[in-house]
Amino acid sequence: MTVLEQRGGYRPAPPPAWQPRMDPAPLLPDAEPYRVLGTEAAGKADPDLLRRLYAQLVRGRRYNAQATALTKQGRLAVYPSTTGQEACEVAAAMALEERDWLFPSYRDTLAVVARGVDPVEALTLLRGDWHTGYDPHEHRVAPLSTPLATQLPHAVGLAHAARLKGDDVVALAMIGDGGTSEGDFHEALNFAAVWQAPVVFLVQNNGFAISVPLAKQTAAPSLAHKAVGYGMPGRLVDGNDAAAMYEVIGDAVRHARAGGGPTLIEAVTYRIDAHTNADDATRYRGDGEVDAWRDHDPVQLLERELTERGLLDESGIEAAREDAEAMAADLRARMNRDAELNPMDLFDHVYAETTAQLREQRALLRAELEAEHDDQGDLDDQEGDLR
Amino acid sequence: MTTVAVKPATMAQALTRALRDAMAADPTVHVMGEDVGTLGGVFRVTDGLAKEFGEDRCTDTPLAEAGILGAAVGMAMYGLRPVVEMQFDAFAYPAFEQLVSHVSRMRNRTRGKMPLPITVRIPYGGGIGGVEHHSDSSEAYYMATPGLHVVTPATIADAYGMLREAIASDDPVVFLEPKRLYWSKDSWNPEHPTEVEPIGRAVVRRTGRSATLITYGPSVPVCLEAAEAAQAEGWDLEVVDLRSLVPFDDETVCASVRRTGRAVVVHESTGFGGPGGEIAARVTERCFHHLEAPVLRVAGFDIPYPPPMLERHHLPGVDRILDAVARLQWEAES
Repeated sequence: MTVLEQRGGYRPAPPPAWQPRMDPAPLLPDAEPYRVLGTEAAGKADPDLLRRLYAQLVRGRRYNAQATALTKQGRLAVYPSTTGQEACEVAAAMALEERDWLFPSYRDTLAVVARGVDPVEALTLLRGDWHTGYDPHEHRVAPLSTPLATQLPHAVGLAHAARLKGDDVVALAMIGDGGTSEGDFHEALNFAAVWQAPVVFLVQNNGFAISVPLAKQTAAPSLAHKAVGYGMPGRLVDGNDAAAMYEVIGDAVRHARAGGGPTLIEAVTYRIDAHTNADDATRYRGDGEVDAWRDHDPVQLLERELTERGLLDESGIEAAREDAEAMAADLRARMNRDAELNPMDLFDHVYAETTAQLREQRALLRAELEAEHDDQGDLDDQEGDLR
Repeated sequence: MTTVAVKPATMAQALTRALRDAMAADPTVHVMGEDVGTLGGVFRVTDGLAKEFGEDRCTDTPLAEAGILGAAVGMAMYGLRPVVEMQFDAFAYPAFEQLVSHVSRMRNRTRGKMPLPITVRIPYGGGIGGVEHHSDSSEAYYMATPGLHVVTPATIADAYGMLREAIASDDPVVFLEPKRLYWSKDSWNPEHPTEVEPIGRAVVRRTGRSATLITYGPSVPVCLEAAEAAQAEGWDLEVVDLRSLVPFDDETVCASVRRTGRAVVVHESTGFGGPGGEIAARVTERCFHHLEAPVLRVAGFDIPYPPPMLERHHLPGVDRILDAVARLQWEAES
């Protein structure tokens, strides 16, 4: 007998006027993740789109490999890989219009690059250079957010502000399965639904929050089911099916743009690599599990679909590989150059106008640097700024 | 044609007026928070704004402080100037991560590309008989976070002028409103708001020669009262109202201490790890050779804020300030 049964059941009588405000059924996700590749739906997909998705997937796979290699060479402090998750990352960037905004988590560098941000600038956070290397307004990409889920309310606020201004701008916010346990996830979804803000929440369920599996993260039937409690539709999609991802995100973006409000999308995918290079994934999962997911690889899935339908041949595959190789070579070459950092910049951009306290500290650092460098020419002449 | 008359106003009314004038002057100014719309805020500071400017510009949000401030970040990214109300001091804690991890550092992490002009209004401090979690003085937490301005008015003119300036600032400002002064009255002409010193400058509220009381916010009137009472003892106390904790006005504070040679820091916040420690250290570092006695602190006790029936024992009052001043004299004579 449960505690509630002992008490005679906790079920307060509803007040007379109470009634459910909406039928939850249309908000519920499908029982199975939505798929396009290997189904009849694939035949209706635009071949050009599929080929563009493929090229981006191949680039993404190569980018993940190159960035991981750069951590081994000490050129990156850390890299949270999205190998196996490229379809989610690429679709996130491609489903947006230029005027839309992307709110990435720390793992979503690939989406940031696919959005058009310079690969080196996208990596400055992970390199240990300045925290955000790109101008967020230039490509409408918010800074990579390291605290979990805290960027989701930003996406809601921006989308809300855009709508208030009369702009048909949509914000796409990305998060992992672990992040759905955070309070900011709840607050963001609730705000978005109450305000009917044009936001799309994309959860990449890659199975683990570092080492903690989804079963220890949530007791919900699926992460997409969480949408119903907020009054927004939840969609469950195969995160390794690039065509399905593009379609589901695109639908949600159009729905939001048309004033339909937010959507929560759960993409079921898998992180083939460890959490980061500092993680030992063998402690919490077996090879068999990883191999099973390798058989459901996003690049292979799309490549098979395209070749079987005669939309891609060996030369097309080779061209995509060469393009990715060129991108990797350029990234490698530029990342192998030492970053040029000026310690005097530490005091810039703390406030719009520097404070007396910071001016004093700036003078202290400058004196220390002058003592270090006999050659005054090593330092930019910023004497004038010392005031 | 209305006749402009100087008439008594409350600090709460001056704050309302500042919000209204800021909203009228700049269509990007948006007020948001729990109960700020129809109700006009639990302290009525946002009274009438929703009616005058519409619910899109004065918005009742869901009850979630992290969500309120987090949404404000996104709104500021898109070019708005959100003014966020946290209903009470301790209610702001759920928003602390947004404040520390994003609001305070967005300008810095984007190398100046994405400044966040957000004003976070927080009614703070005790003395109104509030129950638990309604009387905290949390300024030390905010002071310890680089990238935030932390200000607190003590006069009605400052309440108006500093709030206008905070809203116009391109940086995030934590605007601490001493809630026990909300109903303080003073002659104030809302048609011609008194021009006040800019944020970042301290003001000498009372000149004196014997010692300097360094204080801010709700403790300013208490210190002025103590200074009046001290005259009977033959002590001529100077009172410096900091107004702005970050940035800190070393110049005005140290000029005063160098004149008087003695200083007491007075605030409601706890003494240990509180603002007074930082202020005393700054004064000692800069004015050591002018000091006739150690810099003393009169602060709240190092306890969780007490229940209202006992708060008068916790809050720095006139007697405790005068005792500290007496100790300064003793130190000087020994």
